[in-house]
Amino acid sequence: MALRKGSTLLLTQGPVIRSFAAVGSKMEGEGPLGPSFDLICEDSAFGQDSWEKAEASMQKKALDLAIQKGAFSPEEIDVLFAGDLLNQCISSTYGLRDLNIPFLGVYGACSTMAESLMMASLFVEGGFGELAGAVTSSHFCSAERQFRFPLEYGSQRPPSAQWTATASGAVVVGRQGTGPRVRAVTPGRIRDLGITDANNMGAAMAPAAADTISRFFTDTGYQPEDFDLVVTGDLAHVGSQLLLQLLERDGVRLEGRHRDCGLLLYDRKRQQVDSGGSGCGCSASVLCSSLLPRLLDGSLRNILFVATGALMSPTAVQQGESIPGIAHLLWLSAAPAGKE
Amino acid sequence: MGLTPKDYQQMSQEASPPSRTVKNGAMAFLIGGSICTLGQIVLELLKSMGMEQDQASALVSLSLVLLSVLLTSFGLYDRVARIAGAGTLVPITGFANAMSSAAIEFRSEGLVLGLGAKMFSIAGPVLVYGISAGVLYGLIYYFIR
Repeated sequence: MALRKGSTLLLTQGPVIRSFAAVGSKMEGEGPLGPSFDLICEDSAFGQDSWEKAEASMQKKALDLAIQKGAFSPEEIDVLFAGDLLNQCISSTYGLRDLNIPFLGVYGACSTMAESLMMASLFVEGGFGELAGAVTSSHFCSAERQFRFPLEYGSQRPPSAQWTATASGAVVVGRQGTGPRVRAVTPGRIRDLGITDANNMGAAMAPAAADTISRFFTDTGYQPEDFDLVVTGDLAHVGSQLLLQLLERDGVRLEGRHRDCGLLLYDRKRQQVDSGGSGCGCSASVLCSSLLPRLLDGSLRNILFVATGALMSPTAVQQGESIPGIAHLLWLSAAPAGKE
Repeated sequence: MGLTPKDYQQMSQEASPPSRTVKNGAMAFLIGGSICTLGQIVLELLKSMGMEQDQASALVSLSLVLLSVLLTSFGLYDRVARIAGAGTLVPITGFANAMSSAAIEFRSEGLVLGLGAKMFSIAGPVLVYGISAGVLYGLIYYFIR
């Protein structure tokens, strides 16, 4: 069972990441991680007649692939934690409705992958099942029409804006087996330092990320040097700078260890994504296309995966409210060498 | 953390790159100016063909609207607007783009509650405040003429 230290839960069993898959579209395929995706669908409509259906279909594909790669059948999955950015989480509910797997919908904005994976890990750590799934997605076109403007509307984006990734990531966590392990989780606290600009979500989320990361180190007594990487997602360019400044105030120096999913998924010089990527699918697909494979082949031993979310509602922003941020942390480690 | 929202907003402002005002302004001037020049050329052409001023003006507006809707439909208008900013927003082409882009986008929710209702989601405020300002101006003009 898990051991509580402060607000961090150390998972003594260490749930195993049994299989995972990442799906993306054209822009993601042209990015630095493109070749590592399990599936790149050049048609961003995924053969569907609406963007919502496209995203739902993409999310289902990611989960199907993860189940297939682990040689499981859907009936073996005891519970599924899934979410996305759309109202009522329709990409998850509509996309996964035919699977017949017990379903728990999750909303954590762009932090949803960390939140889902955390709950899936706790589910198996607690012995409530053998296998649990976590899947999230985001789609540029469905997010634009819900949060911003019609696609063909001519508008100019400020340099601090982020580009919603058209991507999905799915993970199957097991109680036993081989693979990278989830060693600890720190659920985030909602942090709001008064940012009201919906085009600067990195700045809105950075305080939450700094709070969760600081808390993890205080709770556990570990140092940044104990980890190969601390990967946030998706603070992008602006938020990443702010995170490092905020952490330095707390006496935490990440030096060269910090990476951000919003900066890993796209090449900001080549691709017009302004500050960087965002969306539930951004950190999920970076996790499944780059971080987990590197934990599996041993080129990374220990990382902190800290997905961040801007818990923004267009209605609340229009009413003059600021944007609350959240960040959930998972400590992931490579399977111990020579065991299992 | 001991950081007040005011301090943080200062920090965040320093970390956020400013909009490229000079470049954006220059592009808006050039592209917006080109659209207006195009309108003027069409106007002069029509007048030289013997059309009355008021009829020619109306036809110029209509042709610019048509051009904007065509570019929007082919997915080109937003690409130009990304560079042009206010240069494509302010002329009548911007209004046509706001209506047609919403019409295309919300077609998937049906002709009535989708296209019909949401077509005005961006252009609506322009109509409301544009017409209100027109009425107000008319009243003032009527009494103070």
